[in-house]
Amino acid sequence: MKTNDVILQTVTKFTLFVIILFSIHLFFAGHYYPGGGFIGGLMTSGAIVLLLLAFDIKTVKAILPIDYIKVIAIGLLFSIGTGAGALILDMPFLTHAFTYVDLPLLGKTSLHTAVLFDTGVFLVVIGVTMTIIQTIGESE
Amino acid sequence: MNNLIILPILIPLITGVILIFFSKKILAQRWISAISSILTIIAAVLLVNHVYKNGIQTMDVSNWEAPYGITLVSDMLSALLVLTTSVIALAALFYSFKSIGIEREKFYYYPVVNFLLVGVNGAFTTGDIFNLFVFFEVMLMSSYVLMVLGGTKIQLRESIKYILVNVISSALFVIAVAYLYSVVGTLNMAHISVRISEIGNAGIITIIAVLFLIVFGLKGAIFPLYFWLPGSYYAPPAPIMALFGALLTKVGVYSITRTYTLFFYHDAGYTHQLLQILAIMTIIAGVIGAIAYLDIKKIIIYNIIVAVGVILFGVSVLTQESLTGSIFYLIHDMNIKAALFLLVGIIIRITGTSDLDKISGLLHRYPGLGWTFFIAALALAGIPPLSGFAGKLMIVRAGFEVESYVGAGIVLMSSLLVLFSVMKIFIKGFWGAPRAYKGEEDAPVKWLLFGPALLTAFAVLYGVGTEAIYPVISMAAETLANPEIYINAVLKE
Repeated sequence: MKTNDVILQTVTKFTLFVIILFSIHLFFAGHYYPGGGFIGGLMTSGAIVLLLLAFDIKTVKAILPIDYIKVIAIGLLFSIGTGAGALILDMPFLTHAFTYVDLPLLGKTSLHTAVLFDTGVFLVVIGVTMTIIQTIGESE
Repeated sequence: MNNLIILPILIPLITGVILIFFSKKILAQRWISAISSILTIIAAVLLVNHVYKNGIQTMDVSNWEAPYGITLVSDMLSALLVLTTSVIALAALFYSFKSIGIEREKFYYYPVVNFLLVGVNGAFTTGDIFNLFVFFEVMLMSSYVLMVLGGTKIQLRESIKYILVNVISSALFVIAVAYLYSVVGTLNMAHISVRISEIGNAGIITIIAVLFLIVFGLKGAIFPLYFWLPGSYYAPPAPIMALFGALLTKVGVYSITRTYTLFFYHDAGYTHQLLQILAIMTIIAGVIGAIAYLDIKKIIIYNIIVAVGVILFGVSVLTQESLTGSIFYLIHDMNIKAALFLLVGIIIRITGTSDLDKISGLLHRYPGLGWTFFIAALALAGIPPLSGFAGKLMIVRAGFEVESYVGAGIVLMSSLLVLFSVMKIFIKGFWGAPRAYKGEEDAPVKWLLFGPALLTAFAVLYGVGTEAIYPVISMAAETLANPEIYINAVLKE
C-alpha cells in the first residue's frame, strides 16, 4: 500500500538541517556542558533515520552514498590517533593537550585535543547506529 | 610510566581498524595481520625483558595518577601471558590463511581476531577492576562475531547459548564490581587490596569473593559452570577454536588468580577451600568427558576443563611454590591447547570428520602431523622433559606439603587419564590401516602444520629450558604471593 506521506517528507526536508545543526552544537558544547561526541553522533543518526522513515533506503543511499562501516573505522582512527599521539611526546597513552588561542570573530577560544578524540566518537556512533539500522531495514 | 605496556594492546587495535579499510583485499589483510602480530610479539618480548630487569611497570592512562585514573600494570605474570597470547595469535593466523575460507576473510575475520587480541591483552594488563570488565567485553564481543561468522547451523545454535551465558555473567560481573565498589570505594586493584586489608576479615568481602568466583568461573569454565563450554567451542572452525580454547578461558582463570591472590586472601579458610573443592571437581568432570568421548574435538575441549582445574588447584593452595607451578602450567597449557586444536583442525581438514571411528592410519601418509601430535599429546599430559611436567610437579608437591592429599592425588591421577584420552586419538587415528578420504589431496597440510609445529617446538623448549625460565616464572609467582610488591609498584608508596 502506498501511503501519502507528503507532510512527513516536507517537514523532514526542513527539520533535517535543524537537527543536524543542533547535533553539531551539542557536539561542541560537550566540552564544558552536557553533550559531546556520543550524543551528537546519536542525534545526527537520528536525523538520518528520520530521512529513512520519510523516504526509503534507496533514496537515502542515493543522497548519502556512505559505507558506514568505513565511517566506524575512520572514527576509530581519529580516537586512537589522538591517544597514540601522546606516545610520540613520551606521555602516557591518551594524555590530552590544550591551549588558548585568540581567533578572529570567536575571540579567546580553547583548543583541545579532546575534540579530536570526540570527533572519533561522533563518527563511530553514527557508523554503528546506521549500520545496525540499515542491516535491520534491508531484510524487509 | 612506560608506554611499552600499551603496545601489545595498541598494535592489534590499530591493525584491526586499518584492516576494516581492506575488507575486500584479502592478500593485504593477510600481510598486514601477519606483520602486526610479529610486531606484537616483539613488543611483548621487550616488555617481558623490561619487567624482568626493572620490576613491575605501570602506566597511568591519560596521565591521571593512580588510584584516580585507570592504571595499566604489567607484572611478570601479565607480561608473560601477553607474550604467550601474541605467539598463539601468530600461529592461529598462519593457520587461518589457508583454511578459514574467503567468505569469512571478506567478512572482517582478521579485524575481529585483532579486536579479540586487544581484549585479551588488555584484560591481562589492566590494573583497574572496571577496566577489566571493559576489556572482557571487548574480548567477548569479538568472540560473539567469531562464533557466529560463517553462519552454519551448529554455529548459530551454539551462538545463542554462548551469548546468553556470557551476557548473564557480564551482568553479574558489573553487579560484583558495584558491590565491591560500594564496600571499598575504589576501582584500582592495588588500592582495593589496601582497603580490603584495612577492613580485614569481613563477611561481606567473602560474599563478594564468591560472587567474583561465579563470574570468572562462568568465563573460565570451572565446575559446575562449564556446562556451556563443550557445546560452544565445538561449533567454530579450528583456528577460532584454538583462539577460544587457548585464550578466553585462560582470561577467566587469570582473573580468578589475580583477584584471589591480590584481594581475597584474608579468609582463605573459606574462599580458597571453596576454590579448591571446585577445582578438584572441575578436574574430575573434565577427565570424565575427555575419556568418554570418541570425538577428537570433544576430547581436546574437555582437556581444557581439566587444565583449568589443575591451575586453579595450584592457586587455591596459595603457597609460593604452588603459584609458581600454576603459572608454569598456565602458560604451558595455553600454548599446548592452541597447538592441539590446530592439529585436530588439520586432522578434520584431511578426513572431513571428527569421529575417531572413521579415522585411521594417518601416520603413513602424514608422518609430520603424526609425530607433532604425539609430542604435543605427551606435553599435554606432562611427560618429562616436556612442558607440562614442571608445572604439575610443583603443583602436586605444594599440594602434598599443605597436606591436601586428595587434591594432589587427583591432579596426579588426572595426568594419567589425560594421557590416555589423547593417546586414544593417536592410537585410533594414526595407527591402523590407512584409508582414503574425500578431498584430502588439496589439503595444504604442510602450510597448516607450521603454526602447531611452532607451538609444539615452544612446548619442547619450554620443557627442556625449565631451569632457565624458572627465575622469570618465580618472579611472577613472587608478586602473586606477596601482594605488597604489586601495591607498592602501583601506588608508589
